[in-house]
Amino acid sequence: MLVQPDFGLLFWQTVTFLIVLFILGKFAWKPILGALKEREADIEEALSAAENAKEEMKRLHAANEKLLQDARLERDKILKEASAVANSIITEAKDKATAESNRIVEGAKIAINNEKLAALTEVKNQAATIAIDIAEKLLRKELSDSTAQKELVSEYLKEAKFN
Amino acid sequence: MKNLSKIFLIAFLFISLVKGVAYANGPAESGEEKKFSPGDLIMHHILDAHEWEFAHGLAIPLPVIIYSDKGLDVFSSSHLYHSPDRTYNGYHLNHHDKIEPVDKSRTIYDISITKNVASMFISVAILVLIFIGIAKSYGKTKGKAPKGIQSFFEPIIMYIRDDIGKGTIGPKYERFMPYLLTVFFFIWFNNLLGLFPGGANLTGNIAVTFILALLTFLVTLLSANGNYWKHILWTPGVPLPLRIIILPIEIVGMFTKPFSLMVRLFANITAGHIIILSFISLIFMFESYAVGFASTAFAVFMSMLELFVALLQAYVFTLLSAMYFASAVEEHHHDEAHDHGH
Repeated sequence: MLVQPDFGLLFWQTVTFLIVLFILGKFAWKPILGALKEREADIEEALSAAENAKEEMKRLHAANEKLLQDARLERDKILKEASAVANSIITEAKDKATAESNRIVEGAKIAINNEKLAALTEVKNQAATIAIDIAEKLLRKELSDSTAQKELVSEYLKEAKFN
Repeated sequence: MKNLSKIFLIAFLFISLVKGVAYANGPAESGEEKKFSPGDLIMHHILDAHEWEFAHGLAIPLPVIIYSDKGLDVFSSSHLYHSPDRTYNGYHLNHHDKIEPVDKSRTIYDISITKNVASMFISVAILVLIFIGIAKSYGKTKGKAPKGIQSFFEPIIMYIRDDIGKGTIGPKYERFMPYLLTVFFFIWFNNLLGLFPGGANLTGNIAVTFILALLTFLVTLLSANGNYWKHILWTPGVPLPLRIIILPIEIVGMFTKPFSLMVRLFANITAGHIIILSFISLIFMFESYAVGFASTAFAVFMSMLELFVALLQAYVFTLLSAMYFASAVEEHHHDEAHDHGH
């Protein structure tokens, strides 16, 4: 009895199972498996998008770093140039100042010399005048005593040493 | 999930108790008149019937449909059960609950809605309602996390797809998925329904497992490629004299595979029912409190085990079907590659 299949059950089992297979296949498994597949694809896509974004971030970060590096180099260059220019300006100014001061000193020296020469000439002229005055005075006062004259002349001459 | 499993557990504990009570009512009453026969009780419960008996005297008559030379005959089975000689309209219900024509020369085709068929209709209705409902909620919760019953079945569906389908069959798994999923849930749901008190022993019926195994066999044959036939008819890497032995073995093997599917499911489910019923029968054979408690405890334990077996057998049937499909669609056989290596 147990292992003897009934015709009725064989019939209904075949019919029912095939109908269920069709209905579930069309209206249940297809949409369910489709939805699962779609969701998996979505997740996969989202993950790869995140990965891409990360990659992009990394790239951007690297680019930023490079820009910063470039900017730093540029800054250093500019600073170096600026300091060079400043140095050259300072040097130039110093040179100029030295030259100017030299020029002024030179001029002053010349002027001093000229003044000195003028003063010497003046002194000489003065001395000559004094000498003539003295001579005149001597001549007037001591025409009698020639010895005293001689002494006086020599004394004066001693005094009036040219320098 | 945790709550759900708790509810299941409590429900089945309750059911196991009710089951015991339901069986207890039946034979106890009749026990007065005739001696209690566990064999009859068990056979009565695991075999098909033309009425759905929940307890003794509480039965729903089912429609009898008979196709014969006289055309289609449809009437309620209560006419047969209530007539004194169990005969109505030229049909007799024998003691195995099978309908025979009174006139033995007639050939009749009994396509009645029996207890098993009715139980199958219920299970199928549940299957369709649940899974079409789930399919709809996939449309509603598009791009969102699964909710409710959908999240209960989703991991199971995914397990069948990924581990049984993709894992066993390989890249060509998709066309077998509707069959594998339907078979799995059909067997599982019917196994569970069979555990309800008064439930029909559908998946423990040879006719049902025969059709399921036959379908697996047909799907295997219809999707078989050249490699499959080559492997059977001209097994690679076998010396010529051995082929004389191998060929019949391979051909017999084609049939033994679905045959084992048929017997495995039938035997496991029927055996489970028989064991539970035997424990309950012990109570009425010994009529002692001690045996009553012990038997009830064992019957509850067996019911728990049967819950697991219900799932396991559905899984095994599906997995083996997938393996047969895999052998049918396999492109390059491993043995060949192995032989080239030598």
